[in-house]
Amino acid sequence: MNFEQSDDRRMLSETLRRYLADSYEISHRNAVAYDAPFHDPTKWAELTELGLFYALVSEDRGGMGGHGFDIVTVFEELGRALCPEPVLGQLMAASLLTDADPLMAGTRYTLAIGESDAPYDLQDITTSCVNGRLTGRKSVVYGAPAAEILLVAARQNGKIALFEMPAENAEITGYGMIDGGPAGEVFFDDTPATLLLEDAENALQNAMDRGALALCAEALGAMEVVQDTLVDYLTTRKQFGQPLGAFQALQHRAIDVAIEIEQARSIVILAASADGTEAFAKRAAQAKHLVGKIARLVAEEAIQMHGGIGITWEYPLSHYAKRLVMIDHQLGDTDWHLERLMKGLAGGS
Amino acid sequence: MDLSFSPQELAFQAEVRAFISKALPKDIAARVADGSGPTRDDMHNWHAILNDKGWLGGTWPAAHGGCDWGPIKLHIFEEESALANAPRIVPFGLKMLAPVLMKFGSAAQQSELLPRILDGRDWWCQGYSEPGAGSDLASLKTRAERDGDHYIVNGQKTWTTYGQYANRIFCLVRTRSDGKPQAGISFLLIDLDTPGVEMRPIRLIEGGFEVNEVFFTDVRVPVANLVGAENDGWTIAKYLLGHERTNIAGTGFSVQALAQIKALARTVKRNGKPLIENPLFAARLAETEAELEAMKITNLRMLSKAAAGGQLGAEPSMLKIKGTVIRQSLNDLARRALGPAAAPFPSEDLDNLAITPPNHSHNAADYFNNRKISIYGGSNEIQRNILAKGMMTR
Ligand SMILES: Cc1cc2nc3c(=O)[nH]c(=O)nc-3n(C[C@H](O)[C@H](O)[C@H](O)COP(=O)(O)OP(=O)(O)OC[C@H]3O[C@@H](n4cnc5c(N)ncnc54)[C@H](O)[C@@H]3O)c2cc1C
Repeated sequence: MNFEQSDDRRMLSETLRRYLADSYEISHRNAVAYDAPFHDPTKWAELTELGLFYALVSEDRGGMGGHGFDIVTVFEELGRALCPEPVLGQLMAASLLTDADPLMAGTRYTLAIGESDAPYDLQDITTSCVNGRLTGRKSVVYGAPAAEILLVAARQNGKIALFEMPAENAEITGYGMIDGGPAGEVFFDDTPATLLLEDAENALQNAMDRGALALCAEALGAMEVVQDTLVDYLTTRKQFGQPLGAFQALQHRAIDVAIEIEQARSIVILAASADGTEAFAKRAAQAKHLVGKIARLVAEEAIQMHGGIGITWEYPLSHYAKRLVMIDHQLGDTDWHLERLMKGLAGGS
Repeated sequence: MDLSFSPQELAFQAEVRAFISKALPKDIAARVADGSGPTRDDMHNWHAILNDKGWLGGTWPAAHGGCDWGPIKLHIFEEESALANAPRIVPFGLKMLAPVLMKFGSAAQQSELLPRILDGRDWWCQGYSEPGAGSDLASLKTRAERDGDHYIVNGQKTWTTYGQYANRIFCLVRTRSDGKPQAGISFLLIDLDTPGVEMRPIRLIEGGFEVNEVFFTDVRVPVANLVGAENDGWTIAKYLLGHERTNIAGTGFSVQALAQIKALARTVKRNGKPLIENPLFAARLAETEAELEAMKITNLRMLSKAAAGGQLGAEPSMLKIKGTVIRQSLNDLARRALGPAAAPFPSEDLDNLAITPPNHSHNAADYFNNRKISIYGGSNEIQRNILAKGMMTR
């Protein structure tokens, strides 16, 4: 057994950590994350130059990574820095495209899957394709206003198929999210699109599960920062002549937070290790279920133990807390993944 | 045992309901319902409407222009207000300062200030907390030094709710620094337009502005603005805290929120079915509803005891904890029910996109903002400390 990271991945995480710490100092992060275009295109270009997207693509397609552990390495750092760049679309596209070169060169991809009545489940998608033209609406598409290429899940001949189109062909209304970063409504009205995969359900679910793993890793990175912030605060803020951390009522809660973060780390490692195996869907669901719960607990407890300052815009923790809670609204929430696991149990797995 | 209101109370409830449904402007109720308001003007206008009716100072004694409502009538009024999406009465002048003036204020202070609270000429804010003095309020440092007929005030207050709308602030200030910290505190009224007062907004987590920092630099305040005796402020503050606890459980807000979530969960879909049919979500909702039903009765038991003249001990602290936790669970469910649609930063520009069902575009913002309710007014940890002290002292 060996829980050490490989040297390559350690170097990747160190490089990324340094770059992101310099580039997304919280005031800059907030300035770009909450105002159009809700991310920083200059920094996107720099991340491309750093070779970030090579880490998301497997070697057989010209990349330098693409495994679950690479995903975790990258997204944990993005989470630490609360980076608003729409890298998630890049990751999910990486496992769906045959030609990943443009993606590695920085062309921005976004996956348009969820709809207002089908937020997470592929089965319920109603956007349809007839004669190579799409009609329908995708709702709260992460990264949409920043996208150059859209990959769209739509129903064709009774199957869920995958299409590709330049983002400018669709009508996109972009907006920012409560926790920062771009999203948008995407409308198709007899919009031409290129078919990528006729029967895409399994491939899409796998891409979504890899996306879920990435979100879990992002949450883990953010939780590490929150925990450091919390411990710093509890040991320095004084009330009643003592540091807050001297009150046992708070000590025990801070410890519970720390225990849960270790659990999150473990389930993320487990899910990453299962990438490419049959167990991956189940592991990803377990991870997203647990991390959804833990991230909310960490956010709420950290705010509460800070008192008023924890809910101010000025204090970075509040933005981390928002991200931690809102991650549960992406690619299946705690309950949605729990239901997947329950179905698995009923099916004997 | 009889859990129902008396015929008189039921008649009062019907009267309140009828009045609010007629008198509350629809646009104000809409802004309260959808989470985008109320605005300053909404609060001001609603106060004026209630004052015309004579209900603004519902709990005030008749001698001061009130209607002597006891705890049960107040509860009925507040619950009906919440159910109708009326703006909550801003408590600082009406429910905090007024009772203090009635008990500790001079005749001149009473006759000058109480009418101005009712008719809206004064909007008071509360200057207790400081950057270094939150839960440990007695450690406050803002100094008031005597100079002839004036105090010279220096220091800083923070978290001042609606300070941006207020023209006056009531403050706890330090007038003596030796002895026990509690023994050197005074209760002082300050005009916010006095030279040397500066108000700066604090933006909250969800992006809104409701609290402020207030800085005092050599602010000259007439000694006549002292309430009660010098160095007697702590007694007053403790008395006032008792009044801050009316409607502490906020049952009306929770009942209203629960009804809205049920309607929402019938509208939105998950896995091809209405969310209300999802066993996991339904279980959470049903659990929370049972909790809320229990708390409503706990609240009524306390009100009934208070109405009969009983001394309240642990009840307010228990209700503060349970009431805020239940409200926060409801905020959590309302946010979750939306799935991804909860994510957009609320903005009027998005309304025509109908990303969420009507009235729900602020669900995530409300969830984040309402983390405050377990922090302010004596945090839930401080309430537990109070309860534990009571329980362990025999
Ligand atoms: C939105 C909002 C509006 C407000 N409006 C006003 C206002 O209008 N006027 C006003 O004067 N104040 C106002 N307050 C201030 C409020 O009363 C304080 O935030 C509150 O008293 C907590 O103080 P603090 O924020 O400094 O947290 P701290 O006192 O620093 O507490 C931090 C954490 O430590 C915990 N803690 C502290 N002491 C103990 C202990 N002995 N044992 C266990 N745990 C402990 C607290 O519960 C909290 O979880 C407002 C606050 C907020 C957030």
